[in-house]
Amino acid sequence: MRAVWTIFVKDLRVEWRTRETAVSMVVFGILVIFLFNFSFNTGREETLRMLPGLLWIAFAFAGVLGFNRSFAAERENGCLEAVTLAPIDPGSIFVGKLLANLVFLGFAEAVMVFVAALWYNFSFVPALGAFAAITFLGTLGYAALGTIFGAVAANTRMREVMLPALQFPVAFWILVLASDACSDALRGADWKVVWGGIERVAGVSLVFTVASFLLFEYVLEE
Amino acid sequence: MAKKFPIGAHLAITLAWIVISLYMIFLYAPQELTMGEVQRIFYIHFSLAMTALFAYGFVFVGSIGYLWKRSKATDDFAFACAEVGFVFCCGVLVTGPLWAKPVWGIWWTWDARLTSTFILWLLYIAYLMLRAYVTNPGRTESLSAVVGTLGFITSIVDYMAIRWWRTQHPQPVIGGGPSSGLDPRMWATVFVTWGAFLCLFFYLVRVRIGIARVRREVSRLRQQWA
Repeated sequence: MRAVWTIFVKDLRVEWRTRETAVSMVVFGILVIFLFNFSFNTGREETLRMLPGLLWIAFAFAGVLGFNRSFAAERENGCLEAVTLAPIDPGSIFVGKLLANLVFLGFAEAVMVFVAALWYNFSFVPALGAFAAITFLGTLGYAALGTIFGAVAANTRMREVMLPALQFPVAFWILVLASDACSDALRGADWKVVWGGIERVAGVSLVFTVASFLLFEYVLEE
Repeated sequence: MAKKFPIGAHLAITLAWIVISLYMIFLYAPQELTMGEVQRIFYIHFSLAMTALFAYGFVFVGSIGYLWKRSKATDDFAFACAEVGFVFCCGVLVTGPLWAKPVWGIWWTWDARLTSTFILWLLYIAYLMLRAYVTNPGRTESLSAVVGTLGFITSIVDYMAIRWWRTQHPQPVIGGGPSSGLDPRMWATVFVTWGAFLCLFFYLVRVRIGIARVRREVSRLRQQWA
């Protein structure tokens, strides 16, 4: 437990001093939302219908950007060897890294949602609880996969291509189910429908989080 | 295995089996009522699809086996199944549209089965790309075993999620797949053809494993004499 906390705080401290990951995620996400607005040139009704999907695409791209940094930074300075040599369980490294990734992506998502609400004159407030719950659950599974695949991709050439190639097909259902559920929640659908969506996102996210946690030790070994 | 069942005999049986299934597809199986002759591609399409699906299951078996036993043989098996399975999966994505165009009037639709086949294809690509790009050769086996395992979990999630998603967005799907009303001769053709493709699959996997072994031997000799 202490190891998890140490890694988590270390990642936050590094981030606080460099301000690289979270800032680049935010900028990239805002750019995606901005480009989307002009490449489709949709009317208000259509935009609101597409908004959840658009947000999840922005989350997905921004996430991949951050997950790549997460382990690449460790590798560049040879820190990963030291971390693996430390007498701690690989699971703790995974959880610590996952928590840090969750915080960065969560921060970037909050900014993106705020910007989207401003630009599209859309209030998230009526469905904020359900929207936040779905986004948190979806982000958890997505970040868990990003953490393990980030570690895998750090061992490859062309990791900028490798990570999305691993991440998107596997995380496909998290993205689809989460943006579907967000769409239901924001549309003001019946509570039962929204709850069903939350359950599905939670189920799929949990499966991938547990699987990534269990498999992580095989990625770290040298 | 090589002694009990020589690879030459395997090839001969595969070829003979393919000839028999070709006979059954084109001459033995009756013509389908509404779709006509074009329906005969179904036997090949279905066999390719089932083999491609099973192949990822074999990748999973090989991957888990490697993580557990750490033997080169299980890794060779997983890699060979992934490569051959990918070729079969490409075959599914080629024969599918060829059949869909005359029957449905469209090349492609994001129907449940098509979507999951496409995801399977992407999972094969991810696995094979990873194997090609790992920088430290000693790490290839365990990293790809991790990806193979997660990929297999995805294909199971896929199987369930596609139903939830589809119940939310019902869309009409016309025909396709082995419906219950198949003629017994059609069933026989389906199974004989699938058997032929499985036999071909395992023949190619064996050849591929042989190549992997030779490659390892060559690099070992090279190191020895360098």
